[in-house]
Amino acid sequence: MNAIILSALCGVVMMFSGILLKNKSAIKYVAIAALLVLILGNFLQFYGVYTIDIDSKGLLAFDRTGLFFNTIIFVATLVYFILSGSDMERVGPDVAEYFALIFFVLCGVTVLTSFNGLLMFFIGIEILSIPLYILTGSDKKNLKSNEASLKYFLMGSFSTGILLMGITLIYGATGSFGLQSTTMKSAITGFSSAGILAPVGLVLLFISMCFKVSAAPFHFWAPDVYDGAPSVFTSFMATIVKAAGFFAFIKLFAAKSADFGPGPAWQLILYIIIVATLLIGNITAVFQQSVKRMLAYSSIAQAGFMLFALYSTNEFTKDGILLYTAAYSFATIGIFSILTKMEDYSLDGFNGLSKSQPVLAFTNTVFFLSLSGIPLTAGFFAKYYMLASAIKGGGSLSLVIIAVLFAAVSVYYYFKVIQAIYFKEGVAATNTPITSNFKVALIVLAAIIIILGIYPTALLGFYYF
Amino acid sequence: MIPLLLILIPVVSAILTFFLKNGNAAKNWALIASTATLIFGLYALCPACKLTFDAAWLPLLGSRFSLSLDGLSKMLVLLTAISFPVVFASTYNNDYKQSNAFYGLMLLTQAGLMGVFLASDCLLFYFFWELALIPVYFLCSIWGGEKRIAVTFKFFVYTFVGSLLMLIGILYLYFLTPDHSFAIKSFYALKLSASQQNVAFWLFFIAFAIKMPIFPLHTWQPDAYEQSPTAVTMILSGVMVKMGIYAVIRWLIPIFPLATVKYADIIIIASVIGMIYASLIAIRQDDVKRLVAYSSIAHIGLMSAVLFSLKTIGWNGVMIQMFNHGINVIGLWIVADAIEQKLGTRKFSELGGLAQKAPVLAILLVVLAFANVALPLTNAFVGEFLMFNGLFQYNFWIAGVAGISIILGAVYTLNMVQKIFYGQLAPATQNALEINGNVQFVLIILVVVIIGFGVYPQPMIDLTKHIHP
Repeated sequence: MNAIILSALCGVVMMFSGILLKNKSAIKYVAIAALLVLILGNFLQFYGVYTIDIDSKGLLAFDRTGLFFNTIIFVATLVYFILSGSDMERVGPDVAEYFALIFFVLCGVTVLTSFNGLLMFFIGIEILSIPLYILTGSDKKNLKSNEASLKYFLMGSFSTGILLMGITLIYGATGSFGLQSTTMKSAITGFSSAGILAPVGLVLLFISMCFKVSAAPFHFWAPDVYDGAPSVFTSFMATIVKAAGFFAFIKLFAAKSADFGPGPAWQLILYIIIVATLLIGNITAVFQQSVKRMLAYSSIAQAGFMLFALYSTNEFTKDGILLYTAAYSFATIGIFSILTKMEDYSLDGFNGLSKSQPVLAFTNTVFFLSLSGIPLTAGFFAKYYMLASAIKGGGSLSLVIIAVLFAAVSVYYYFKVIQAIYFKEGVAATNTPITSNFKVALIVLAAIIIILGIYPTALLGFYYF
Repeated sequence: MIPLLLILIPVVSAILTFFLKNGNAAKNWALIASTATLIFGLYALCPACKLTFDAAWLPLLGSRFSLSLDGLSKMLVLLTAISFPVVFASTYNNDYKQSNAFYGLMLLTQAGLMGVFLASDCLLFYFFWELALIPVYFLCSIWGGEKRIAVTFKFFVYTFVGSLLMLIGILYLYFLTPDHSFAIKSFYALKLSASQQNVAFWLFFIAFAIKMPIFPLHTWQPDAYEQSPTAVTMILSGVMVKMGIYAVIRWLIPIFPLATVKYADIIIIASVIGMIYASLIAIRQDDVKRLVAYSSIAHIGLMSAVLFSLKTIGWNGVMIQMFNHGINVIGLWIVADAIEQKLGTRKFSELGGLAQKAPVLAILLVVLAFANVALPLTNAFVGEFLMFNGLFQYNFWIAGVAGISIILGAVYTLNMVQKIFYGQLAPATQNALEINGNVQFVLIILVVVIIGFGVYPQPMIDLTKHIHP
C-alpha cells in the first residue's frame, strides 16, 4: 500500500514542481529524490513496516513477490532517470509533466503487482496505459510521434474493450471478480460446468493481455509505436511497462496454479504463441537497418522468452520472471540511453564507436551480450531460468530447442551492433557531449549486469532471505 | 588450491593487462603471468598434492564451484599452460594495435580453457566453455585478416548454437538427478533409459562435434584458422579443439554409454570420411595456414574415430595424442608465422629454397614435419601407434581406410617442406634471413619435447591411466 499511495503522491508533486521550479535539471533531481522515497517506502513494506495502511476490503493483497517486483521496477526506473533524465529535456518543454506521467505509470505497476480481483486488475491496466498514450505523443511537432500515439491509443482502447468484455463475461458466469472462485478453476480446466461464458471470457482476457505484452499475433502495434515514440520513452515502454504487463499476466493466469494446473490445451495455445512470437520478433529484427527499430522487434522476441513463465509454472518461474525483468530492463535501458545520444540511429551510425567513445562502446557491448544471453552476464541466467522452468515442467523439449535456436538468431542481429562498434571503421558521432557522470553510471550498470551474471544470488538472495 | 590458482592467475592478470597503457608492458606482463601459470601447471603434476577445490557458488540452483584434476585434466592443463608462454614468446616481435586488449583477451581465453579442463560441475563447465569462446571471438574479429568479420561470426554462431543445445542437455540431466545437482558425480550416477540417452546424447555431442570439429560440421574451421591472427590460431588448433575431445571423454561417454554404443558406427564413419577428405584437400593447398588447418582436421578425425571405438589402448593413445598434437601443431604455426613475418607471404608457389638462407629453421621444421606424420622417435608415433591399435581391434576395414590418411599426411607434409625449403631460390626468399633468437629458442624447446617424449613416452602413458574425477 505504501508504494501505491506514494507513487500517486509523487506524480502530483512532480506536476507542481513544474510550476515552482524553472530549472530543468532541478526537476530531474526532485524526481530522483521522489523515486528514492518511493523505493524506501516499498522496502519498508517488504520488511513488514506499513507506514500507510488502508483497508482495501480484500481488493488488494500484498505478497513478497509483488513487492520485490516493485523494487526491481523502481530501481530500473531510477537507473532510467539517472541515465536518460536529461534526454527528456530535449523532447519538449514540459519535463515535469513527463516525470509526473511516469510516476502515474508506476502507480499502475504497483496496482498490477497487488491486485486480488479482476476489478483492480482492470484499474491497474488503465492507470498504466493512459499516461503512456500521452508519453508516446509527447514529441508534439513530430508526425511520426503523433501517428504512433494515435495508433497506440486506438489499438490500446480496443484491447481494453476486449479485456472489459472478458471480465464482464467471467463476472456473469461466476458472480465474482475474485481469482480464487472455484468456477474460475473450472473455466480454465474445461468447458463443462460454467457454461460457455467463463471460458470465452478467459480467452478474451488472454488475448488482451497478449496485446499488452506484444505477443504475436497481437504485436502489430509494437514496432510502430516503439519506433515513433521519442527514444527516451520507448526505453521506458519496452522495459518497465512490458515487464509489469508480464507480471500481471502471470499473476492472473499462473499464480493460482495450485488451484488449476496448466492443462494440455492451455499449453498448446501457449506453445503456438511462443513460437509465433519468437519467429516474428527474431526474423523481422534480422532485417532492420535502424537500431531503434531492431530493438523494437527484439523486444517482441524477448517477450517470447518471458512467455515461458506462463507456459509452465513452478518455482523457477517466479525467480525467472524477477531475474528476466532485471536483466532485460537494465540492459535495454542502458542501450537506449546510449542510442538517444547517437547522431544516427542506423547500424552504420555505430561504426567506430570504440575509437571515439571507448566507455560507451564497452558498456553497450556488455548490454548487448546480456540481451543475447551470453554467460557471465545477467541475461544468461534470465534465459537459463526460463529454459529450466520449461524443462522442469516436463514440457516439450521441442519448444526449448526452438527457443534456443531463435536465441542464436538473436545473436546475429545483436552482434551486428557489436561488429559495427568494434570492427568497422567510421566516426560514430554523438549529438550531445557525453558527461563523465553518464559514463560512470553506465559502468556501474554494466558492472551490475556482470555481477548478476556470475552470482545471481545477489539479486534473488534479497527475495529469499 | 592449485586448480583455483590455475584459473585465477590468468583471470587476474588479464584484468590487470587491460589497464596497462604501454604495449610492451602488456606483452611482458602476459609472458610473466603465463609463465607463472606454467610453473603451477608443472607443480600440479606431482602425485601427492591436493588437487581439488570446492566452494559454494549458486546454492539456489545446486551448482558448486568445484574443480578437480585427474590424469586426463593434467595432460590438458599442462598443454594449456605450456602453449600460452610458447605463443607469447614466439610472437614477441609481432606488434598488435591496442596490445593491452590483445594480451588481456588471450589471458582470458587461457582462463576459460583451464576452467573447461578443471571443472567438475556441469554448469561451471558450461560457463568456462563459453568463457573460452567469447574472447576468441573478439581476438579474431579485431586482429584477424581481411575477411575476419564474416568468418569469425560464422565460427561464433556455429559454436554458440552448439553450446545452447548442450545447455538444454545439461538442464535435462539436471532435472533427472535425484538431488538436483550439477556435480559430475550426480551425472555419472544417473541411470538413464535408452530413449533418454538417445535424445540427450545428441544435444551434447553436436556441441562437442562442432568444437572438434568432425565432418560435416567442420566448415567453419579452415576459414577461421586462416583469418585469425597466428597467435590465436595456435591456441585454436593447439588447445581449443581439444576441448571437444576432452568433453567427449569426460562427459559424453560416461553419461550416455548406451547411446554411445548405438551411434558409435555413424560417428566413426563420419570421422574417417572427414580424415580422408581433409587430407585430400590438404594436398591441394597452396597456403601454409590452410594446409595446417586441414591437416589438423584429419588428426582430430582420427582421435574422434578412436574415441568411439571404445578400446582402452586407443583411449590412452588419444590422450597422449591430444598433448602431442597440440605441441606439434603449435610448432608448425610458429614456423608459418615466422615465414609470413619475414617474407610477407604464405604461398608455396612464391617460396622456395629457404633452407639455403635459413638452415636452422629448416632443420627445426623438418623435425616438426616428421612429428606431424608420426615418424618413430617423435612424440606422435606412440600416440598414433596406440590409436591405430585400438581402431584395428574395433574394425579391420575402418582401421585400413583410416591408415590411408597416414600416407596422405606424409604426402602433403613433406610436399610442403620440399616446396618451401628446397628447390630453386624464389624471388621472395632471395633476401631471407635466419629466424629471430626467440623463435629459435621456442622451437628448440618444442623439438626437445617432441624427441624427448618420442624416445621415452612412459610418463605420459602413466598419466593416462588415472582418469577418474
